Amino acid sequence: MYAEIAGIILMFGLTLLAAWPLGRYIARVYAGEKTLTDRLFAPLEKLFFRLSGIDAQRDMSWQEHLKTLLTINFVWFFLTMCVLMNQGWLPLNPDANPSMTPDLAFNTSISFIVNCNLQHYSGESGLSYLGQLTLMFLQFVSAGIGMAAAAVLFNAMRERQSDQLGNFYDYFLKNCTRILLPLSIVMALLLLWSGSPMTFEGKDTITTLQGDTVQVSRGPVAAFVAIKHIGTNGGGFFGANSAHPFESPSYVTNIVEMVAQMVIPFAMIFAMGFYLRRPRICWMIFGVMTVGFVLLTLPTVWSEIGGSPAIAGMEVSQPTGAMEGKEVRFGPAAAGYWSIATTVISTGSVNSMHDSSMPISGAMQMLAMMTNSFYGGCGVGILNFYIFIILAVFIGGLMVGRTPELLGKKVEAREMKIALIVALIHPLLILAGTALAAYQLYADPSLPWLNNPGFHGFSEVLYEYTSASANNGSGFEGLGDNNPWWNISTGIVLILSRYLPIIGPIAIAGLLASKKYIPESNGTLRIDTSTFGFMILAVIVILAALSFFPALTLGPLAEYFSLY
Amino acid sequence: MSRSSNTRLFQRELVLEALKHSFLKLNPVLMFRNPVMFTVEIGTAIMLVVCGAILFGDSSQGSLGYNFAIFLLLFLTLLFANFAEAIAEARGKAQADSLRKTREDTPAKVLVHEQIVLTSSSRLQKGDVFVCEAGDTIPTDGEIIEGIATIDESAITGESAPVIREAGGDKSSVTGGTKVLSDQIKVQVTAQPGESFLDKMIALVEGANRQKTPNEIALTILLAGFTLIFIIVCVTLKPFGDYSNTPISIAAFISLFVCLIPTTIGGLLSAIGIAGMDRALQAHVITKSGRAVETAGDLDTLLLDKTGTITIGNRRATHFYPAPGVEESRFILACLLSSLADDTPEGKSVVELAQTLGIALPAGFDLSHTRRIKFTAETRSSGIDLSDERRIRKGASDSIRKKVTDAGNVFPAEVSAQVDAISSNGGTPLVVCENEAVLGVIELQDIIKEGIRERFDRLRKMGVKTVMVTGDNPLTAKYIAGKAGVEDYIAEAKPEDKLAYIRQEQSGGKLVAMMGDGTNDAPALAQADVGVAMNSGTQAAKEAGNMVDLDNDPTKLIEIVEIGKQLLMTRGALTTFSIANDVAKYFAIVPALFITSIPALQRLNIMQLSSPESAILSAVIFNAVIILFLIPLALRGVAYKPIGASALLRRNLLIYGLGGLVVPFVGIKLIDLLLSVFA
Repeated sequence: MYAEIAGIILMFGLTLLAAWPLGRYIARVYAGEKTLTDRLFAPLEKLFFRLSGIDAQRDMSWQEHLKTLLTINFVWFFLTMCVLMNQGWLPLNPDANPSMTPDLAFNTSISFIVNCNLQHYSGESGLSYLGQLTLMFLQFVSAGIGMAAAAVLFNAMRERQSDQLGNFYDYFLKNCTRILLPLSIVMALLLLWSGSPMTFEGKDTITTLQGDTVQVSRGPVAAFVAIKHIGTNGGGFFGANSAHPFESPSYVTNIVEMVAQMVIPFAMIFAMGFYLRRPRICWMIFGVMTVGFVLLTLPTVWSEIGGSPAIAGMEVSQPTGAMEGKEVRFGPAAAGYWSIATTVISTGSVNSMHDSSMPISGAMQMLAMMTNSFYGGCGVGILNFYIFIILAVFIGGLMVGRTPELLGKKVEAREMKIALIVALIHPLLILAGTALAAYQLYADPSLPWLNNPGFHGFSEVLYEYTSASANNGSGFEGLGDNNPWWNISTGIVLILSRYLPIIGPIAIAGLLASKKYIPESNGTLRIDTSTFGFMILAVIVILAALSFFPALTLGPLAEYFSLY
Repeated sequence: MSRSSNTRLFQRELVLEALKHSFLKLNPVLMFRNPVMFTVEIGTAIMLVVCGAILFGDSSQGSLGYNFAIFLLLFLTLLFANFAEAIAEARGKAQADSLRKTREDTPAKVLVHEQIVLTSSSRLQKGDVFVCEAGDTIPTDGEIIEGIATIDESAITGESAPVIREAGGDKSSVTGGTKVLSDQIKVQVTAQPGESFLDKMIALVEGANRQKTPNEIALTILLAGFTLIFIIVCVTLKPFGDYSNTPISIAAFISLFVCLIPTTIGGLLSAIGIAGMDRALQAHVITKSGRAVETAGDLDTLLLDKTGTITIGNRRATHFYPAPGVEESRFILACLLSSLADDTPEGKSVVELAQTLGIALPAGFDLSHTRRIKFTAETRSSGIDLSDERRIRKGASDSIRKKVTDAGNVFPAEVSAQVDAISSNGGTPLVVCENEAVLGVIELQDIIKEGIRERFDRLRKMGVKTVMVTGDNPLTAKYIAGKAGVEDYIAEAKPEDKLAYIRQEQSGGKLVAMMGDGTNDAPALAQADVGVAMNSGTQAAKEAGNMVDLDNDPTKLIEIVEIGKQLLMTRGALTTFSIANDVAKYFAIVPALFITSIPALQRLNIMQLSSPESAILSAVIFNAVIILFLIPLALRGVAYKPIGASALLRRNLLIYGLGGLVVPFVGIKLIDLLLSVFA
C-alpha cells in the first residue's frame, strides 16, 4: 500500500517538475520571445501562413478572436461529419468497420472538436483508421484552440489599456507546432518503446494456449494515445481506453500517461505567472487548485484501498482494496488517483471502470467535473477558473470597501452578467439534462438505458451529463448511450458547455482590457494572497459544489449510506 | 440636527411608519425591482394557493398547519426585508423633515420696481431679487448682489457662530432657512421653486428619486444569478425525486429555494444603500447621488488645501530672534509696537506671542500721537512712527535690507543667517528695524493641526494619496508637506493647477477628490470624481461639486472616504454571510427531503434535527429572523479599519464568512430544539 501511495506522490512530483520549465517556455512562445524551437518551427509556420494567406502579425480584438475560433471549429465539424458518416467505403479501413449513423457521427464529431471525447462507440468496431486519424487531428487542434483562448486571456490581463490582443492563428499554430507536437512525439516514442502498437494493418489473429483463435485489434495506437493525453482529450483508441494493455502496457506507461495529461494544465498556470510577470498569482491559483484536487483525491484513494464492504460481507478478503473494474498492473490507489486526475482536468481517459468505483469515489469523480475548476483541460482550465476569480473578486472587493477590480480593471455590471451566465450554464446543463433523462426513466421504466436500477442508475445518468458538460468525456459506463436521445442531448450539452465557457471569459477579459488601468494601492484587493485563494475556494465549494448536493444525495451518497 | 439624535436606530414613530410601509411595499410592481425578494413573493403566493387547496380537500401536501406555517414564515421574510428598507427610508425622511421645518413658508420681501412686496417664499422665481434685514429668515437660496450681513446658519450646519456674507467674491451665497442677524442685503434668487439646494437634498434623502448605483446594479445581477442557479437546483429536484420514488411536497421545494437564495443580502440591499446616504447626512454632508458616496470609497487621491485643512488658519509668529547686541525685551517691544497697526492674522499673532512672553505696552503709553504705517505691496513692510521720532518697520527681509543699506547702515551677517535658517525650515522671516537699524527677526510658522498626521497615516493605509495645495513657494510647501505627512504638494498653486493635477491623476486611472469653495474652484470641482463644495462657498462651486459639506470642514473628505468604504463593505459582508449560510441550510433541508423514503440518509442529518417538518421550519424561521437581526448592521454599516486590504479581507472573511458558516448551524439547531419543546 505504501508503495502505491509513493507511486501517486511520484506522479504528482514528476508532473510539477516537468510543468515548471514547460510553463516558462509557453510564456516565451506567447510573448513572441526567442525560444530554442525558433529555428526548427519558424520557417514551417511562415510557410504555412504564406500558403494559407493568413496575416499572422495582425492584432485582433476579442470579438475577432472569438469569430475566428468559432469559424474554424465549424469547418472541422463539417469535415469530420463527412469522414465519419462515410468511413465504411473510404480508404484505411482494413477491418471493414461500418460508417457511423448520423446521430453518432454528430455526437462523435462534436465531442472531439470540443476536446471532450465522450465516446458512444468502441474504437475496435466503430472506427476505420481514417476515422481514428481524423479524430487524432481534432485531438491536436482542439487542444490548440483551448490554449490559444488562454493565450488571448493572458494577453488581455496585462497591465495596460488595449483592445489589440494578439493574433489567434498565430497563437493557435504555435500551440500545435511548438508545444503539442514535440511533446506528443516524445510521448509516442516512449509508448512505442513500451510496446504500444503503431501500424496500419488490420486485426491480428493469435492462437491461445487452449487452441482458440482470437482476433486482436490494433492500429496507430502509440501516436493516438500520445496526443490523447498531452491534449487532455481522453478519447481511447480502444473501448477500454487506458485500461487496455495496448494503450498502457505497464505501470511505467501509466505514470508517463498520468504526467502527460496533467503537464500542460499545470504548465498553463505557470505560464500565466511568467507571462504576466506575477509569479505569486500563479502560485495562488495553483495552490487553490491543488487543495481542491487533494480534497477530492484523498477520500477516493482511501475508499478504493479500503475495499468494498459488500465483498467483505461475503467473507472474501481484499488484500489490495476494491479490485472490481481495475487493472491488476495498476492497483486501486493508482486507479483512484487517475480517476480524480482525469476528471479534474478534462481528459476523461480511464485506467479503471468508474462504474465500479466505490460510491465515495464516484461522488468525488463527479464533484471534480461539477466544480470543473481545478487545473482543468488544456487552456480552458484557466478560463473556467477565471470566472470564479471574477465572482470572488466581486464579493471580496466589496468586503475591503472598494468597487471590485481585477488586476487594475474595474469589474462592473456587464462583466458580472457574463460571468454569471457562464457560472449558470454548467449546473443548468447537468441538472436539466439529468432531470429530462430521469423524467423519461420515471415515465417509462422499461427504457433499456441503465445497467443498474436505483441510486447507482441515477449516478450513471448524472455522470454522463456531468462528463459532457465538463467537456470531460469519461463515462460511468453501464449506460446504453449509443442511441439518438443520448447522442443528440449530450451533443447539445457539449457544444454549449465548450463554447460559452470560452466566449464568456474571453469577452470579460476583452472588456476589462479595454478599460482604464488603475494602479494598485494599499486599498486594492490583492488577488495573490492565501486569503483570496481561500475566498475563491469557498466560492467554488458553496456555489459550484453545493448546487449539486441534492443530486449527489440521491446518487452516490444514498448508495454510500445504504452500503456502509 | 444634532448628531446624538440619530444614534438611536429604532425610534417609536419611525418604527410605526416603517411597519406601515412594510405592507405597502408588498406591491409586486415595487417588488419587481428586487429579483431575490420578488421570487420569495411568488413562493409566498404559491404557498397561499397550496393552503387554499388543502382547505378544499387536497391531501397530497401534508397538514394545513404545517403549510400555513411555511406561508406565514415566508410572508414574514418579505415583511422583514421591506421593514429594513422602510426603516432606512423613515430615518432619512425624519432627517429631511427636520430640515424642511426650516423652510416652512417664510415671507419674502421681493423688490418689484424698487418697491418691496411681501410674497410667500414658495412663489419666488429664479432671478427675483429680495431684501433681508436683521431678524429676517432668508426665504430661498440666492446670491447677495448688494450689502454685507452676518448670518446665523445654525439651522443647516448646527454651527452657532454667525458667518459673514457679502456681495461679490466667494462668500456671496446664502441658503434658504438661515437667518440674517445684522445689516441688510439684497439677494438674487438662484433656484427655481422646489429646486433649491435644500429641496433637492430633501428629495434625495427621502429616496424619491433614488437610483440604483452601478455597484448596486452589478450586485443585483450577481444575486439574481445565484437565484437562477437555485431555481435550477430546485426545479430539477422534482424529476430526481420522482425517479427515486421520493415525493417532495411543494412546501419543501419552496422552503429549500427560499433558504438557498441570498435573501439576507437581497432583503437588506436597498436599506444598506439608503443608510449610506443617511450616514453621509449625519456627517453633515449632502450627496447629490448615491453614486458619489460609492465613488468616495474608491478614491485614490485627495487634494486638500493647506490653509484650514492641514494648518490652523494662517501663519503665526513663533519666535523672536534679536540681532546681536540688541536686548531681547527691547526687540520684542519693538515687534509689538510695529504690529499694532497690522491687523493681518500674522500681525495679530505677533502681538499675541509678545503678550504670552510677558511683554506689554509700557503703562501710560499713548498711541494717539503715533502714525501707523499700513502694509502695502510696494513697501512690503508696515510699522509705526512714534511720537519720540522712533520709526519702527517690520517687513520682508529684502525690503528691510534695502531700507537699511540705503541709509548707510550694515545688515548684520548673523541676521542674514537667521533669515536663511528660518526660510529653509518652511517658516517666513520678518525683519524688524528701528530708524533703519536692524533689531532682529520674527519667525512666522504654519501651525500644523494636531492629529492631522495620524489622519494622513490612516488615509495612506487605506491606499489614498494626499496632496497638499498651497500658494506657498516650493521650499515652504515641501517642508510643511513633510511635516504633515502628505505625500505630494502643489506649490504656488493657481486654480488651473488644481484642474491640471486632477486631470493628470485621472489619466493615470485614479479617482480624485477635492474640496473647494470659490467660484474659481468650480472647474476643478466638476472635474474631480468627488467634488465637495463647502456650504459657505459660492453657488457655482456648490453646483459644480457632487457633495456639499454643511460644516465647511475641510477634513470632512476623510470621513466621506470612510462612509463610502463602509457602504461597499456592508454589501460585501452581508453577501458573504448570506452565501455562507447556505451550507447549513443544505444540511438542514436536503436530508429532510429524502429521509422518509431513504432512511439511510438519516446519517446526513448531521444537526440531528428532530423531524423533517421541524428541520424545514427551523431553516425557514432562521432565514426570516436573520434578516431582522441584521437590520441594525445594515443601517450602521460594517466598521471600517484601515489595516490594508488583505488584512481587512481576512478579518471580514473570518467574521462574516466563518460566522455565516457557523451561526446558522447553531441557530437552526436551537430553533429546532425550541420547536420540539412546543410541539
